[in-house]
This record gives sequence, structure tokens and C-alpha cells, in this order.
Amino acid sequence: MPATRRSTRVWAGFALPGVTWLLALFVVPVYAVVAVAFGQIDPLLRTPIPTWNPLQWDFSAMRDVLDRVFGGDLGTVFIRTFWFVGLALVGCVLIGYPVAYYAARKAGRSRGLLLAALVLPFWISYLMRMLAWTNLLQPDGYVNDVLQWLHLMDTPRNWLDGNWPAVVIGLVYGYVPFFILPLYSSLERIDGRLIEAGRDLGASAAQTFRRVTLPLSVPGLMAASVITVLPMFGDYYTNTYLTSGSPRVEMIGNQIEFYLRRSSQPQVGASLVLVLMALLLVLMVYYLLTIMRQQREAAR
Amino acid sequence: MSRRRRRAGAAPGLATITWLYIVWSLAPVLVAVRISFNSGKSRSTFQSPSMRWYWGDPTGSVWNDDNLHIAMGNTLKLAAMCMLIAVPLGVAMAIGLQRWRGKTAAASNGLMLVPIVTPELVFGVALFIVFTQVYTGLPGGLFTQLLGHVTFTVSFVVVIIRGRLAAIGDQYEQAARDLGASRLQAIRLVLLPMLGPAIFASLMVTFATSVDDFVISSFLSTGEATETVPIKIYSGARAGSTPALNALATLMLVVTLTAVGVAGLVLRRMRRQGAGDAGLSSLTA
Repeated sequence: MPATRRSTRVWAGFALPGVTWLLALFVVPVYAVVAVAFGQIDPLLRTPIPTWNPLQWDFSAMRDVLDRVFGGDLGTVFIRTFWFVGLALVGCVLIGYPVAYYAARKAGRSRGLLLAALVLPFWISYLMRMLAWTNLLQPDGYVNDVLQWLHLMDTPRNWLDGNWPAVVIGLVYGYVPFFILPLYSSLERIDGRLIEAGRDLGASAAQTFRRVTLPLSVPGLMAASVITVLPMFGDYYTNTYLTSGSPRVEMIGNQIEFYLRRSSQPQVGASLVLVLMALLLVLMVYYLLTIMRQQREAAR
Repeated sequence: MSRRRRRAGAAPGLATITWLYIVWSLAPVLVAVRISFNSGKSRSTFQSPSMRWYWGDPTGSVWNDDNLHIAMGNTLKLAAMCMLIAVPLGVAMAIGLQRWRGKTAAASNGLMLVPIVTPELVFGVALFIVFTQVYTGLPGGLFTQLLGHVTFTVSFVVVIIRGRLAAIGDQYEQAARDLGASRLQAIRLVLLPMLGPAIFASLMVTFATSVDDFVISSFLSTGEATETVPIKIYSGARAGSTPALNALATLMLVVTLTAVGVAGLVLRRMRRQGAGDAGLSSLTA
């Protein structure tokens, strides 16, 4: 169909309701975060007064926040967040790669069943999966029973008392399904003839994996990592839930939630959101470009 | 030779890791379901089977504790309305963005994609601020939660539908036009039926995302009357809670899995009738 002016107007009309919706309920809200971060606080009510005009922005709250991020108490929380997310990502790769690889390339006839089992966590509420762990990790829960039965431990312990391994394992458990599926679909698309060619040319199975399959799976690995890491950076419920809110394992999401909902300094929370988004910008842009490339490939 | 190498039994180590992972990922949920049938108050050790926390207990069971079944009603209401709004909105947007050309179109496409990479926390904060500072006239609670859920899910619908649109191409519509259909008739009579499986998949994804959402619902909740199941599970961790939480979560699980199971069967039938891939693969990078 040649793009006449009339057809342009028709197609724009189709997109209009959705675009309007996103302008009103995504763009305006995000700008409102900026306006609150650079705005004022009502001295009596302690509610934010957003400043919409960029020329009148007040950067004092942001300056305080940045001081606290670079070398202050918030810096500690940021570094801890990076550690948790980084370790959880390592866990996701160590568990997720073999699983996705097996399901995509080696499973044979059990693949259908396997795939169903891998998708199942998607349909189970995230917090229910966390609830399940809090049941298991209680002092009189099954984890302690099993460890004592195996004589790995003499006395039961409370795993939910605010130790970081519980948080990292919880994050891995929560997010690894979201890591496996995109990786699976990229591993599945690798042309089997390339792998066979590697074998026919005399490489061992391990060499073929290292020199053919692994490099070909790097884009999928990156996309899967980004799409699991982004929500993890905004997570404040997994750690709170698994440690009954211990401050020792606080992540940046907890600070954001605290300042916005339970403090009289909402502009600190809004500033923290902006700092977080600035730090995540590279990852967000990377993933956006990945989706756009796929859109173009699909259009061809 | 190479065929034999790729047989299932060729990688026993990987197979073990994979099946262990699956046990690890699902067993805790099964334990949580079992605890929902506990007769005692303990959430960690099973005493004897009973339906106490479903309806037996006069105050604490899901049936008798108003807050628990209200939360369940809220969750299902939100998910149903979210499907009904986000899917038509997203389908129209996908059709429009697929054909609309030019700079504004490219910008709109970019705008549509940003929510996919935005952490949910940012959504929660931004919507919380906008509803308390800008759109202050709107009734708080379920209504704003619904607006939030739709905003969060509509882009997924667009991506799923666009994946399918790209696979269909425009030759079928063109044929309909050549045979005398108007543009809208061609969409209604040819394109929409072909999009059936993708629309169905979008309904499933929207439903599951809305039911699962904690952050947005929580930021926009105005009190007990507007809490959802994930909020109940979350706040139950601190207060001395009972297996009623497990019962609530189990009920939600049954509802979701039933919905997904039925939807899966329907999708399979649609696909057998020659409608092709549902476009779900486009969601998984």
C-alpha cells in the first residue's frame, strides 16, 4: 500500500489512543518525578510542591542526595545493591545457562514437558513463591529438618534473620525463570549446522561449545541478563520479605520506598529514582536497541 | 554419527542439573500448597490435613476473613478489567504502529517500548506522585490501580501483536481490499481473525502480569479495602500470620493455572486451524 496522506492519518488514528494513554500515564508521571525531585516542600504539610518549569528547578535536594550517594550512607546502600544484583546475576547464569542449553539443544523428546515446567513459574505469583520460601526457612521448617537429618547441622537456625545469602538466593530463585526463557529462545535459534560443522572439522564437543555455541549465544545471554537485572535493581520486597525487613540487607529500592511513602522528604525519594535511572540508562538503552533490531528483522 | 551424539542421553550431567533445577523451582510451591491444608496454626510444619484455613475457621479462614476474600476479589477484578482495556488498546496501537510511517511514528514506537525496560519501582513511584500531585481529582484505589496496570501491560500487548503482524504481512489485507472490502472491513474480517491467537496470548500475559503485580498496586493502595493478594501475602510476613495466607495464595494459583490451562487448550485448537505462531516468542528476546 503506498503511503498516502489519508492512510497515514488512518494509521496514526489507530495508534492515537495508546500513544495518548502513555503520554498521560507514563510520560507525565515520569516528568512529575523530575518535578518533585527538583521542586519544593510545603513547610507545614511536608508534602511536595512540584516545580514544572525547568528554569526554576531547585537542585539542593539532588545535591544532598548525590553527596550521600558518593561517599555517604546512601553510597553503602547502592554498593550493597550492586553486590546483591551482581551475585544474583552470577547465580542466574550458573543455573540458567545449563538449563536453557539443555532444554534448547539436548532435551530431545522430553522438550515439551521440560518447556512447560520452565514456563510454570511465570504463572505462579512471585510473592507466593517467596511465601513458600519463608515457610521452608522457618526455624522449625523443612530446610532445617533436612539439614539436621543429613547431620550437616546440630541445632536448627533461623535463616530469615537478615543474612545476605538468603537475599541473594531469594533473588536468584525469584528471577531465574525470567533469565532462562529469553536465553532458551536464543540458544534454540542457533543453526545446528554450524555446530555440526565444528564437529566435522575435528573439534571436540567441548571445543565446539566454547568456540561456536558460546559465542553465538552471547547476544541472548546479554539480553537475558539485562531483562533480569533491570527489575532486580528496583526490587525492595524480596529482601524485606525474606529478612523481615532487616536494615543490614537494605537495597536502594527500600530507601526509595521509605522516602516516598513514609518520610517527610519525598523529594529525596524522587531524586534517588532519578539517580537509579541514570545508572540503569545504559542497560535500558541496550535492551531497547535489541528490541528495535528484532522489530526491523521481523519486518523484513 | 552426529545424530547419535545429539540424542537426549548424550548429556547426563546437564539433564541432572536441569531436572534438579525444576524440582528446586517447584517443590517449595508444592510445600506451600500443602501447608494451606494444615489443621494447626503453623506455617512451617504440617500437622494434619483440614480445610480450616479455607472455610473452617470462623474468623481467620479465607471465607470468613473479609480482608482476605476482598483482596482476592480486588485482584481478579483488576486483572479482568486490565485485560479488557489493555488488549484492545494495545491491538489498535500495534496495527497503527505497524503501518504508520514517519518521524512521529518512530517516536511513538520508541515511547511504546520504554515501559518494557522501566523497573516496576519507577512505575510505582511515578504513578504514586502523579495521582497525588497532578490528577488529584481521580478516585484513589482500584481505579488508579487499574490505570497503572494498563499502563504497565499495554506495551507487552503491542510487542506480541506486532510480532504476529510482521509474520502475517499485508498481502491478505491487500487481497481483501482488491476484492472490494474497505480498509476497516479488511481489518475486521481478515486481519483480526488472523490475529486471534496473538490476541489470546496477550490476554493471558496481561492477566498474569496484573495478578502478579505487587509494586504498582501497593503504591496506589489506599487502605485495606484496596489491597490485592500480593499485598496481603507481603504484609502477612510481619504480622503473625496463619496458613490462611497459603490458602489465599493457593486459591489464586488454582484460578491462574485453570485460566492458563483453558487458554492453552484454546490456543492449541486455534493453531491447529492454521493460525500459526501466537507471537509469544517475540516477547522472549
